[in-house]
This record gives sequence, C-alpha cells and structure tokens, in this order.
Amino acid sequence: MAGTLAEKVWDAHIVRRGTDGAPDLLYIDLHLVHEVTSPQAFEGLRLAGRPVRRPDLTIATEDHNTPTLDIDRPIADLTSRTQIQTLRNNAAEFGVRLHSLGDADQGIVHQVGPQLGLTMPGLTVVCGDSHTSTHGAFGALAFGIGTSEVEHVLATQTLPLAPFKTMAITVDGELPKGATSKDIILAIIAKIGTGGGQGYVLEYRGEAIRALSMEARMTICNMSIEAGARAGMIAPDETTFEYLKGRPHAPEGADWDAAVEYWSTLRSDDDAVFDTEVVLRASDLEPFVTWGTNPGQGLPLSSNVPVPSEIADENERVAAERALEYMGLEPGMPLRDIAVDTVFIGSCTNGRIEDLRSVAKLVKGRKKADSLRVLVVPSSARVRLQAEAEGLDQIFLDFGAEWRNAGCSMCLGMNPDQLAPGERSASTSNRNFEGRQGKGGRTHLVSPLVAGATAIRGTLSSVADLGPDVEVPDGSPLEGAPVADARQSA
Amino acid sequence: MEKFSQHTGVGVPLRRSNVDTDQIIPAVYLKRVTRTGFEDALFAAWRGDPEFVLNQDAYRSGSVLVAGPDFGTGSSREHAVWALKDYGFRAVLSTRFADIFRGNSGKQGLLAAQVAQEDIELLWKVLEARPGTEVTVDLVAKQARADDVVVPFEVDDYTRWRLMEGLDDIGLTLKHEGEITEFEATRASWRPLTLPAKHLPPVEVVAARPVLRHGDDALA
Repeated sequence: MAGTLAEKVWDAHIVRRGTDGAPDLLYIDLHLVHEVTSPQAFEGLRLAGRPVRRPDLTIATEDHNTPTLDIDRPIADLTSRTQIQTLRNNAAEFGVRLHSLGDADQGIVHQVGPQLGLTMPGLTVVCGDSHTSTHGAFGALAFGIGTSEVEHVLATQTLPLAPFKTMAITVDGELPKGATSKDIILAIIAKIGTGGGQGYVLEYRGEAIRALSMEARMTICNMSIEAGARAGMIAPDETTFEYLKGRPHAPEGADWDAAVEYWSTLRSDDDAVFDTEVVLRASDLEPFVTWGTNPGQGLPLSSNVPVPSEIADENERVAAERALEYMGLEPGMPLRDIAVDTVFIGSCTNGRIEDLRSVAKLVKGRKKADSLRVLVVPSSARVRLQAEAEGLDQIFLDFGAEWRNAGCSMCLGMNPDQLAPGERSASTSNRNFEGRQGKGGRTHLVSPLVAGATAIRGTLSSVADLGPDVEVPDGSPLEGAPVADARQSA
Repeated sequence: MEKFSQHTGVGVPLRRSNVDTDQIIPAVYLKRVTRTGFEDALFAAWRGDPEFVLNQDAYRSGSVLVAGPDFGTGSSREHAVWALKDYGFRAVLSTRFADIFRGNSGKQGLLAAQVAQEDIELLWKVLEARPGTEVTVDLVAKQARADDVVVPFEVDDYTRWRLMEGLDDIGLTLKHEGEITEFEATRASWRPLTLPAKHLPPVEVVAARPVLRHGDDALA
C-alpha cells in the first residue's frame, strides 16, 4: 500500500499495534536527554527501582542553563548548578553517556545528535524538548515529549502513541536572493498559524526544499513545533548521506551500504495520500520578521506593523492589540523603522556553522551600530571550535560582537543571557513569546542574514538595505579559511 | 495516579488565546529538580497584575480553568502541568490544546477537555457574570456544567479510560516486555548505538570571558 514518509517510519517501529482505540506501542531508536526535563524522570525510576533499559540508545548533554562565559568556574546560579549536578549524578548512577560543560562534544542537544552522526534517516528520536523536530531534517520521526514520557522511554525504550495525521508542505521554485530557510518556515507558520499543525507530522517537499543544505533543512524542521506540529520531516537524499558520511557514529562498510539502500526507500510514494496539503511558491518569499508575541505573527520585512482595528476576527484582533502593547509598537509603522537593543545569533534554530559563516561574511570589516549589543553563541562546542579554526571569532570580535561558549543561551534566558524589561531583540531563535528571552523582553524573530544586517544598521534590516553592491552571503566557508568541515576540524 | 471521574470547583475564565507554556510557567522556574512546589510559578508574569483573574478573590481558589484556543503551545515542559496542578487546577477547558501539553496532562491526571469555542464563550459569560460559580466536569458523561449551562467536551477514549482507572503508563507498557525484547532482536546493525562512545579527537575548550561594552560597563 502507498505510504507517506512518516507512515513508513512509524510502521517500522511498531512493537505492538493498539486495538480498540488504544495507541500503538512505538520503539524509540534514540533518546536525547538534557538537564531541565530529566531530573524528575530519573527520580521516578529511582523510586520505582527501575533501571534505564537501553543506556546505549541514550545520550545526555548540558545546554539549557549552562553559562556561556566562565565555563571553567563554578556556575554562579545555585539552582542552575544543582540542576546540572543532578544530571551528572543521574548519568553516572544510570550509566548514561553525558557531554558536560567544557567537553568538546557539549552543546545544544539538537546539534549534538547530528554532529556525532547519531541522528539518521528512518529513526525514531525523542527528547524532553519540543525542538526535537529538528532531527526530522534527516528523514527521522523526531518529536518532543514531556517528563513523564522521558521516564517512560528511559524505563521501556518505547512510547504508547496515537498515530499522527500527515500534512504535505510543498515549496516550489527557487528562493530569491536574501531569503533563507528561516524565512520559509516563518512564512509557513504565518500562513497556517500556531495551531495549524496540531496533530500533524509535516513533510516539507518541493524544489526549494531539495536545494537546501542539511543545516538549512534543520532550521525548517526545528520550527515545525511553532506551527503546533508534533514533527516535521524531509525525505533523505544525497545531501543527507553526504552530511552523515564519516561522522563518528555513522555506519561504516557493509552497514553503510545497507543503510543507504534502506534510506533511499524513505520517501512518500507518488500516490501516497496526505490528510492535508499546503503549497507555497518560493519565489514569493522575502525576508520575514515577527512583530508580535507568537511565531505566527510574522510579516515580510518590507511591510508595516498590522493595524488591529482592520482585523475582522475578534480573537485575532484582541491578540494583536495585546501583542502590540507588549511589544511597544505603533500600528501601521514600517517594520524597518524598529530599532533594536540586542542582536542574538545562536540557538538550535540558527546557531550552526553555516549561519555563523553567512553572518561573518556580511559583517566582516564593518562595525556594529553603537546603539546595540551583539551576542554570538555557537550551538555546540564543536561548532565554536570550527568557527575559531576558520577565523570567524575574530571577525565577530572586530565587529564589536561578543563571542561566547555554546548553549541555549538567550533563546530562553535560563542562564544569565537575558533581555532586561523593555529591551528589544532581533533574534535568530525560535520563540517570541512574552518574556521568553527575559521578563518584559521584546523579541523579533529573524534569519541570520537579517540579524547581521540589523546589527550593522541598528534597525530591522535586510541585506538589500545595506546597498545594491552588497553581495548576499551563503553558508560556504570563507575564502582562504583554513578548514571547512567539522569532521576534520579537530 | 489518582482516579478521576468527576470534579466540581470554582471556574476561572481566562480570556486569552495562544497561552503558551512560557506564560504558564516561565523558564526561570524550571531549574528545580522536584515534581512539586510550582504553585507560585503559575502564570508568574501575569500574577503581578492586580487585575489578573487569579488575583481576584472570587477566582483565587479556582480549580477549573476555562481558556481560549491553542492552550499550552510551545515548549514541551511538563512543569506547566505540574504548576497548574500544584495551584489546585484539576481540569482545563479550551477549544484546542497543543499536542504535547495534552499528552503531559493525561500523564499527570489533569483533564484537558476540548470544548467548542461557542461553548467556551457561554461558560465565560456565566463565570464573569457570577464570579465564583462552580463548574462540574463530568468525565463519565463528557460534560461540563455551570449553573444552567451544560456543554459537551471531547477527550480521547484512551486518556479518558486511563484517567478514570488511574492507571500508570509505564506499568501498562511493561506488561508487554517480551514483545519489546523480541522487537529489539530484529533491529538492523546500522542503527546507531550511543555506547561505546565514538568521538572526534579531544580538543581543549577555552572559556569565553566577559568583554567590555560601550567602553565601560562589563556585561552581567
């Protein structure tokens, strides 16, 4: 029978099919763990006297509340320090592999899996973190879970789950210069809404998606959750295989050949039926920014802040009024006139080497606007090391930016990297919720290119605003850079 | 888990849509390593506003939250459910719940009941016209009742059964341990193992230090 990519991966993991409305019991190939959503799960195991069933399918890293400065000193915040210490104790007690602060493989959990070659096509991947959808870029079925489910997976390596619905999102054509995968996903969320994906696995397809690098695909799948979806997937292809080959945990020899043969079958059949289909034309896209307090409240940078009185739907109108009040914005003002105080470049959405390279190319030889601060936080220690080997750190420092250690950082402000009340950011992260980056902080979600241009001009800007002669940079290594690939960077 | 078949308590009208889990409990409260003690963190940013619904005497002891559409979006943090439960809530009524939040609720014995938007509006009117009105949430009849308003709600059959029986998921799954072991025996050898760990060669990671900005003040 014809099937979608999501259905194929699902079916290959059914341990026990549910009957009479009961969910299927699904096997989990890879369980990623971090310090925030795991302590209560390990405590549950301890109380019940249960072991971790498969420590060899589990890996932990410290990311959410790790500091990005002074990582060789004791963590100043006592509750953060306790939470990290709790993860270290739990990992030791239950035999779970852990990458701690200071370790070259430490970093945001959604960067660590792919860079170690643990994330692969056809897997089921879970983590107590909603941005687990990132791993879907490889053609894995990957989704965020709550702490009770973390405990369930630790104890049983399975999860009882009711099947998801499927939605095909086709992005046809070619992206115009200056538009990126971040703009694709912001446009999708604005189109289908923050609840539009609820109950669905999204499959991104079409020419514009095929043309994207692995890292750009990860940015899209990462934000599937902002449309309410459980997961986002992209069928694996040569780009995927090329990214994986040679990574520490990638299959080798006959295993590699068998894997590629299987992975090549992981695509939706031509006659597969999706529950819903959405089509976008890439050529219509331009740099997108959010103006409100949820990721669905976004518009092309060339537009104006919405005027709530012109919104017909009452719920949406009230939400827009609230959002504009919180954001301190005038209805109808051009988005380009919005001045920001902080530019944050980082997170599991846009903190990878290609993101850092494209911004570095843009800001090289320039100075940031005096009115703002710029924080650059690589998504993992390896990404930081690679960037330093390529000389990106010096470009950012010369620009006037701060170069930090890896972690989630200002994406959610669990560590000291926070916005002050009323402070406004242009952020390459994934959520613009009230207070997300610090109590009273105001967030505009942007692509790395818009972040870079904004850091130069001081107001929300695209590369085009820097002048007609400015080339739009891509994520390839800088000319003359000494090393280009994380696999050899060490 | 405690069995849940019916609950009656003060209804709290929350006239907001897209109440994300960062609003239910901000990230700074997620650093605790216990499962309880989150009551003060619930809606922390809004609790400072005297006009906020839970700061009004009639609603303070509420246990049935009636919210706008898309409740519990965003982060997967189960702390959102713990905070609602620790405060005293037993049920949340909304037009639409985020998937992860709804799943987390079911695991923790908090009922996430899906109600049509026009019925939410009816309940809001009753609860606002007569603050302190109690709402009965009847899981057997799949109905919520407040004064003369009776509205149906949806909850999936499996979650409903588990709530009514007070069943623990892990215990249920481990009844099928033999099948899990059988499945594991068929796992292809290319599928990854995290142990033994494979790495790139070790490299020293040097700590970043604070830098001066605007010429004077060190960044906190």
